[in-house]
Amino acid sequence: MANNPKALNVNTNHKSNGKVVHNPWSDLRRFTDARIGLGRAGISLPTSEMLAFQLSHAQARDAVSFPLDINQMKNSLGVLTPRTPILHLHSQAGDRVSYLQRPDLGRKLSKKSQDILLDFMAEQKQTTPLNYDLALVVVDGLSSLAVQKNAHPFISELLAQLGKNQQLKLAPITLVEQGRVAIGDDIGELLNAQIVMVLIGERPGLSSPDSLGLYLTWAPKTGLNDACRNCISNIRPAGLSYEEAARRAVYLVREAKKLKLTGVNLKDRTQDNVIEHQQPNTHFLIG
Amino acid sequence: MGQTYRYTLGTKTYQFRDLAELMAKATAQRSGDRLAGVIAQSAQERAVAQMTLAEVPLKTFLNEALIPYEDDEITRLILDDHDAHAFKAIAHLTVGGFRNWLLSDFATPGVLASVRAAITPEMAAAVSKIMRNQDLILIAKKCHVTSAFRNTIGLPGHLSTRLQPNHPTDDINGIAASMLDGLLYGNGDAVIGINPATDNVAQAIKLMTLMDDVIQKYEIPTQSCVLTHVTNTIECIEAGAPVDLVFQSVGGTEATNTSFGFNLNTLAEAQDAALSLKRGTVGSNVMYFETGQGSSLSANAHHGLDQQTCEARAYAVARKFNPLLVNTVVGFIGPEYLFDGKEITRAGLEDHFCGKLLGIPMGCDVCYTNHAEADQNDMDNLLTLLGVAGCSFVMGIPGSDDIMLNYQTTSFHDALYVRRVLGSKPAPEFEAWLSKMKIMQSTENVTLSDSLPAAFVKPLNAISGGN
Repeated sequence: MANNPKALNVNTNHKSNGKVVHNPWSDLRRFTDARIGLGRAGISLPTSEMLAFQLSHAQARDAVSFPLDINQMKNSLGVLTPRTPILHLHSQAGDRVSYLQRPDLGRKLSKKSQDILLDFMAEQKQTTPLNYDLALVVVDGLSSLAVQKNAHPFISELLAQLGKNQQLKLAPITLVEQGRVAIGDDIGELLNAQIVMVLIGERPGLSSPDSLGLYLTWAPKTGLNDACRNCISNIRPAGLSYEEAARRAVYLVREAKKLKLTGVNLKDRTQDNVIEHQQPNTHFLIG
Repeated sequence: MGQTYRYTLGTKTYQFRDLAELMAKATAQRSGDRLAGVIAQSAQERAVAQMTLAEVPLKTFLNEALIPYEDDEITRLILDDHDAHAFKAIAHLTVGGFRNWLLSDFATPGVLASVRAAITPEMAAAVSKIMRNQDLILIAKKCHVTSAFRNTIGLPGHLSTRLQPNHPTDDINGIAASMLDGLLYGNGDAVIGINPATDNVAQAIKLMTLMDDVIQKYEIPTQSCVLTHVTNTIECIEAGAPVDLVFQSVGGTEATNTSFGFNLNTLAEAQDAALSLKRGTVGSNVMYFETGQGSSLSANAHHGLDQQTCEARAYAVARKFNPLLVNTVVGFIGPEYLFDGKEITRAGLEDHFCGKLLGIPMGCDVCYTNHAEADQNDMDNLLTLLGVAGCSFVMGIPGSDDIMLNYQTTSFHDALYVRRVLGSKPAPEFEAWLSKMKIMQSTENVTLSDSLPAAFVKPLNAISGGN
């Protein structure tokens, strides 16, 4: 990947590189993705490093500004869950500029989208009882790239793992444009779902423009705050794997149903053992 | 309470409901004030508000609290600690007159220091609102604020850096690698400060110990800090951890700080605990605060004030506890508060000016997120402007990329750039260490050594397999 800092120094031994001073500690990059040991031209960034940074920033900017390809998402998710309807919704933020400046608008469904959900529920009422266990809400957020790349493979893994444990009645999957996390509350409430799971493009980092976030909320209704949610962050191939993220999500769904809550009182204990035995207490500067 | 302000321009009379509305509408445009619904409705209304504000006597700010005295402990702090004696020197001035006074040749660094305690955050914010960027720079440069722990921060002609070796999983070799990188680029005199990925007491102690070991082994005249919640740090001190500085994010209203989970008593308790350790060698400033425009609105705790006025009030909180370091994290909060490079730049200069005028050791996290309309060129501009203004410190991070917090701030290279173009130096104690360790060939010309300093050869050889 071009934005992997580990792959930056391709030209290090090239004669045309000018008077770049290389850093003999650059192989410490095996310990960190931080941009260490970049070398210098005088006291400034060498050309290759400076341009690599610009490329990373360009990728992150594009992740923010490119719209979500709704049709492509609909098609791929439709294959995954052929019996679950997919609804296309929009927040009250009309475009990207107002989305970025007015987070309050991104948290609310547009009138038209509310009607779509109300109509759907009215129609359903005549055929089946209305008790959904889980509503999956896929939101572009701040990185359409994250959603485009990771939502489908993650949901695929999630459904596989959920299927193993329990049969959940899935609400229609909603695809939301110009949305923030809290829009899931409106949607979950209108769909009368027990739990809402929002998958949303996180604020793109320079080395992680494709980070997907997951927010789980029990008994969603308009006006809840973040203390009522559980979050799993950094879902992407180079971050938290789909499999591990799905394992944690299934754990949280199961616990939420048991305790009838989410948020600060629902602790994710899937990592407790890992943290305790994770790291030595010494490092190379002291060792 | 409060009076209505009016200004007649030709046939039109503008009216401002109270001092808070006048302050808000006189503020240079920014998205956070639009989000809060307090922004001027037109460019002309803003200009008129500035003219109206210029006529307000400084005394008014002592009589018209923007947030009632009974409701807010920061208002009480501001008014109770106001130095009425020192105020006599400026009591006759209006906001507009105050700008002239600050710019005048009479207002030397000594004179400015003598009125610090007479200036309230609201007075500082008000006068900043009718200043151009060059005024903010010129006056800030005259405000000399020094602080000390194991070195001296803020001397004129000096620019320090916080070495910020963050890692997304707190991997200690990863953190050590970024620390080494920063030290070998001459950074880290303000503090070596880690934002922990896992925020609990045990993890904080581990990271404090990591940094303390390095500082001791290499005899670095600097201090460390884990940027965890103040109550965690108090627990760390009780557990016997090597705490140099106590960190806390602070806001300018009591309700903001309640949402952050502390009050002024908590900070006093933490300061006492850190002082009791007596770990400073050349001074006893033990607090490190971060601020940033928009935090009060974000916590829905802004009481209808504009975000810059709330920010200036946070400096009263900082000032109370004699900090070693205060920095505004100016572009971190995102485009809903500061939309683009222009708004970030203006806010950075305002924050630095207000902080310095009020007498706190003000630095700046010159930064942006990827959803803001800003880029490296905007940061170069703000860094240079702040360097000229005499900013106490900036951040230093490998290649500008914080892989834990996912934002971009100034790099180790950037600090050397600004030192070289402006001739500014690191803290004198740290400068001597850089020379002694042969990290820098010349601190005068800002040139780095071409070879690896001897002290670091052994650990690097050991880690790369003993060759």
